[in-house]
Amino acid sequence: MEKQISNFIRALRSADVRVSTGEALDAARTVAMIGYDDRALMKDSLACVLAKSESEKQVHDRLFELYFSSAPAGSAAQSAGAGSDSEPGEDPKDAAERLSQLTQQGNEQALAAAIERAAEQAGLNDIRFSTQVAYFAQSMVRAMGGEQLQARLLEALQGRTPDADAEAQRLIDVRRALTMTARERAERAFQTFGAAETEKFRDEVAATKRLSAIEASDMARMKQLVAKVAKRLAVKHSRRRKRTQLGLLDVRRTMRANAGVDGIPFNVIWRQKKKDRPKIIVICDVSGSVALYVRFLLLLLFSMKEAIPDLHAFAFSYRLKSVDDILETMEFDAAIRKILREIGLGSTSYGQAFSDFKMEHENKIDRRTTIIILGDGRSNYGDPRLDLFRDFAGRAKRVIWLNPEGRALWGTGDSVIPRYEPFCAQMSHVATLKDLEKAIDEVLTAYS
Amino acid sequence: MAKDKKTGYEPMTSIEAITAGLDTVGYISVSQISTAVFLAHGLRKPILIEGPAGVGKTDLAASLSKWLNLPLIRLQCYEGLDEGKALYEWKYGKQLLYTQILKEKLNELLGGAETLKDSLSKLSGFEDLFFSPQFLEARPLLHAMQQDRGSVLLIDEIDKSDEAFEAFLLEVLSDYQVTVPEIGTIRANVPPLVILTSNNVRELGDALKRRCLHLHIGFPDHEREQRIVRARVDGISDTLLNQLVRFVQSVRETDIKKRPSIAETVDWARTLLLLHAATLDEAFVRDTLNVLLKHESDIAAVSPAIGKMVREATGPDGRGRLASGYPDMG
Repeated sequence: MEKQISNFIRALRSADVRVSTGEALDAARTVAMIGYDDRALMKDSLACVLAKSESEKQVHDRLFELYFSSAPAGSAAQSAGAGSDSEPGEDPKDAAERLSQLTQQGNEQALAAAIERAAEQAGLNDIRFSTQVAYFAQSMVRAMGGEQLQARLLEALQGRTPDADAEAQRLIDVRRALTMTARERAERAFQTFGAAETEKFRDEVAATKRLSAIEASDMARMKQLVAKVAKRLAVKHSRRRKRTQLGLLDVRRTMRANAGVDGIPFNVIWRQKKKDRPKIIVICDVSGSVALYVRFLLLLLFSMKEAIPDLHAFAFSYRLKSVDDILETMEFDAAIRKILREIGLGSTSYGQAFSDFKMEHENKIDRRTTIIILGDGRSNYGDPRLDLFRDFAGRAKRVIWLNPEGRALWGTGDSVIPRYEPFCAQMSHVATLKDLEKAIDEVLTAYS
Repeated sequence: MAKDKKTGYEPMTSIEAITAGLDTVGYISVSQISTAVFLAHGLRKPILIEGPAGVGKTDLAASLSKWLNLPLIRLQCYEGLDEGKALYEWKYGKQLLYTQILKEKLNELLGGAETLKDSLSKLSGFEDLFFSPQFLEARPLLHAMQQDRGSVLLIDEIDKSDEAFEAFLLEVLSDYQVTVPEIGTIRANVPPLVILTSNNVRELGDALKRRCLHLHIGFPDHEREQRIVRARVDGISDTLLNQLVRFVQSVRETDIKKRPSIAETVDWARTLLLLHAATLDEAFVRDTLNVLLKHESDIAAVSPAIGKMVREATGPDGRGRLASGYPDMG
């Protein structure tokens, strides 16, 4: 049974639940304490010891159902003994007889036991990808004596008598029944041990894919992935804004703290400085190809509200408009569609956008603000209004420019990127979700 | 299991015993809660309880202490909580006072010394005198370690403390010991039963989570909530109780900012009882809704539907649907 528990923990780990060795030991002690008899109790107890958050508990419960559904058969296998297994020298006729016995009505228990043993022999717990299901099912059938069955079947097929025909048909049925059962078992093992692994692999691929090349079918996956990234960043950056010690004596507070001991400074208190809370203004170019990136940037930023209490978003192609209201009141996808429909028309003009920003929203910039600009800097040969941009950069904490275009294209055609670059603390090429995560991470790190 | 016969944890022999025991002090437990308590005792690990406000996280600790007849030692966490307030502090005032009183005596003793060196060696003998357990002010954590029969240590709202404090708790929670540099390591003879609660203001560190058993207490189902209210509110009629709980359960299903917790149900039940309401009716509900809902916007959101909800709650067939329609535990 200890093996059962350790395999279960392996399944949990492959599904991204972090189980330490200490917790594994606790699980073993728990099971020793409460016993195996009460399944519901065991589920509650293991959840208590192994899962450390709500989402982990859900994963745990799902895997528990999958994994321990085969447990009774496992113990039956041990009690039934290993004597009835396929042996290398077994006569094909005996093997076929034994297997057809197994598939008969009423022998479910014995069949389940045989399947469990075969699973053990085939190393079924190593299954990782859904494409392996057929392979493992075959190995299991072989472990149960499938080859002998095959030999017997060939023999029967060559008989050419009605009797032999009937025999062949019976053996074909037996083989099909065995394969089906083995497949079901392999499928379940894949759900337990492999499904999470496959998901992880797909996530990794998606995270490093160019955002502009994401297909509609992958959108749901990307959304989940963005949520994950947002959570990761939020956990990292929403931790309490600790104060830094300055190394200067805080006379007032020291005197007050030591008033009880005659003013003798037993407790020395140092002056402290509060850290800034992140304040972010995003200005997005929503024209043409950049629009796809805007979607992910906004999704990411608005998913981490808890880490960024002060966030304002603006979108422009020709005229600039605040999109806070739309994003806050509407469902995200609909909000993005509305933004693109309303603002995404007209030829891009960075100069016009900056002067709109100056006119209406300039007072939102203070020395704690980071301005993030997402755009390709292609301004249709209009005036880039560098004077305004320089002014913003001077008043804000920093300006970060995220550019979906490759560095080689900067400055070609109507791109005015190189002229803005001197005023930006950072100008980087973002193509994938990973790049976005890195950029936002850097922005927030500047506040801690 | 407790090796020492004198500990106060003896009644915790089985999960059923815990459920029954908590029941005697008016805490209506469910199997998940009792299992967690049983395991916490068996594995000697703290329980970390998460869940919305007012579902009985803190109350579990209070009820356990009441049932087991052990002291409840409570440490309320807040930003800036430090060792001095959680663990121990020297009684500076007393030390100072004693030095003043003993000044004469000290002079006498030191008077005999010829050289500076002599007086220093004499003086060094006194240091231990002032840094001894006599002058040690035990704060909750140390206090809990010192209980002979064990205790229930409640570390409330751990998520409100700083990360540094969280890290500092690790020693206390894994070894049940405390190190005072001047005296040495103080180890608990009988480890306390530790309960931590969190409202998820911030994500707790992995290291802390790993040392705890995790328990999530959610809103109760119809059945359990009825039993809780009955245990807490004397003299409430079955009809009113049933209708009231059904109404609260349906309010929880609506989309509001703060869903009413058990504590609010109990308050509301008391209010209705004071007003001598025999059954739920719309006027009563409208007048007293502010007991149940604590935000103006929530009251505004629920108000239009009150008539319908009251009719449903007082109707004959709603009960089964609501009782099964709301998930109990996370």
